[in-house]
Amino acid sequence: MALSGEEWMAIALSLKIALVATACSLPFAVAVAWLLARRDFPGKTIFDAIIHLPLVLPPVVTGFALLVAFGRHGFIGAPLERLFGISFAFRWTGAALAAAVMGFPLMVRPIRQAFEAVDPRLERAAGSLGAPPLWRFAVVTLPLAAPGVAVGVILGFAKALGEFGATITFVSNIPGETRTIASEIWTQLQSPGGEAAALRLSLIAAGIAVCALAASEMLARRAARRSAQ
Amino acid sequence: MIEFQAFDQRRDFTLDVDFALNAGVSALFGPSGSGKSTILNLIAGLERPQRGRIALDGNVLLDTARGVFVPAHKRRIAVVFQDALLFPHLNVRRNIAFGRFFAPKDAPAIPQELVVAALGVGHMLDRRPATLSGGERQRVGLARALLASPRLLLMDEPLAALDDERKIEIMALIERLRAEFSTPILYVSHAVEEVVRLAQDVVVLDKGQVAAQGAPATALMRARGVMARERFHLASALDCALGAYDPAYDLTQFIHPSGQGALVGRVGPSGKPVRILVRATDIALATGPQTGLSIRTRLAGAVESIHADAGALAFVHVVLAGGDRLVASVTRSAIAELDLAPGKQVDCLIKSVALDERPVNEF
Repeated sequence: MALSGEEWMAIALSLKIALVATACSLPFAVAVAWLLARRDFPGKTIFDAIIHLPLVLPPVVTGFALLVAFGRHGFIGAPLERLFGISFAFRWTGAALAAAVMGFPLMVRPIRQAFEAVDPRLERAAGSLGAPPLWRFAVVTLPLAAPGVAVGVILGFAKALGEFGATITFVSNIPGETRTIASEIWTQLQSPGGEAAALRLSLIAAGIAVCALAASEMLARRAARRSAQ
Repeated sequence: MIEFQAFDQRRDFTLDVDFALNAGVSALFGPSGSGKSTILNLIAGLERPQRGRIALDGNVLLDTARGVFVPAHKRRIAVVFQDALLFPHLNVRRNIAFGRFFAPKDAPAIPQELVVAALGVGHMLDRRPATLSGGERQRVGLARALLASPRLLLMDEPLAALDDERKIEIMALIERLRAEFSTPILYVSHAVEEVVRLAQDVVVLDKGQVAAQGAPATALMRARGVMARERFHLASALDCALGAYDPAYDLTQFIHPSGQGALVGRVGPSGKPVRILVRATDIALATGPQTGLSIRTRLAGAVESIHADAGALAFVHVVLAGGDRLVASVTRSAIAELDLAPGKQVDCLIKSVALDERPVNEF
């Protein structure tokens, strides 16, 4: 089953978008997860709900919200483009943003749980040994939470890879720019005789997802073994 | 020198204490709920009081009146925790190197080899904390704290999670640290035996207040309210010298200004100073001549005071010849029968098998 150029393009684009989306949102996900796990502040419940919103909203609504905010005339998108020349509208960067937003709650949840499982007294012990807060986080909290972070990354990546609704609403379906595997499958299904291509791409998408899950399982096991030694 | 003054009112507990400690090993003693853990957290910088001032060697760590608060990691006060709290993802070598990494480069550093040797952790450097026993973990915890070059070592019930054998082993190690390294130690415990054995100065706490302070023997005796709840932990310490060893019965004589007695086994050379721990429940008081007793240890003194309530028990404080004080736990009925009263001469009879000794050459 040979893949056409368009199909290859969609796969490469999907991987690029998912990698960029995951890599860029990871620091934010870690920060948000830490805040939710370790800090109490006014409005925490609302903050938590907003983080989880993309999980429960129809993806089309999230895409529409992104369009309003980050579109060419959006209240964030317009100044971003004017000041920094960064544009999201109808570009692959926009697809990455949509994927990142949709995958964010899936990343935050396991990382947060991993932070909650780290004994805060270990952080205090590190402090009493002279470690400043950021160091404590870097050498105690984060390594101990590493398996959860790995799980979050894999889940976020898998979600980013398969994102469709928000992406197509926000940045449309432009071949080579925003047409990911999911968009390509949808496009194929829209055209007569495209079922075979759709099936091929579906199998590839499933394969990538299974590999990602296996990788996350392996990472989690290795981390568990390391801390038990 | 630790200067500590704090007031902190909570829902069901008010801490209001003021003390200064200036000994190689000091102790905070009191039952659970007396406030000793809170004080430890305040000194370590893990909590803040509503009002207070804490200074270490003249260096102000906290002064609520002037808005001074030095965060925990800048205080250079290392804590040895009850359950060691080693970093589970790091091996022993990295655990004990942790504090050294963050210590200021100009801090007086104790050579790692010395600490490793003193605490006997050399053979476990490549192991992970999960594979260590409780006693081994606590040794590593001590090494880790010491190698951070702290200005003060806080020990938070470091023996509470260990069995008796390990307790004795770690206690001996702490004594060794005190003798070999100059790091001052503040030892927090609710076990009289540990405090009497390790500390030179003790603050006795009760319900968030200082009940007494001073040398362990006297401070613990003065704090009667605390002790009445714990008669099995009530003990006095006597400074004695060793006498001759009797190989026929495997007993070592000891000499105290008020009399003499016997210790089990060969304890040390004649003339060596020892501090002997006597539990209040191991002492019998006698007023008349005694014959036909198995007792090997007999010390003469006079009743100083008697503390009793309506219950069955009373505590008798005895001043021994030479000035040491002893507290004995006896029944109220015995006090009536012997007609004990302040000033009355008594013999304190102690079973030799109940005596605990320790060398005091490092005092």
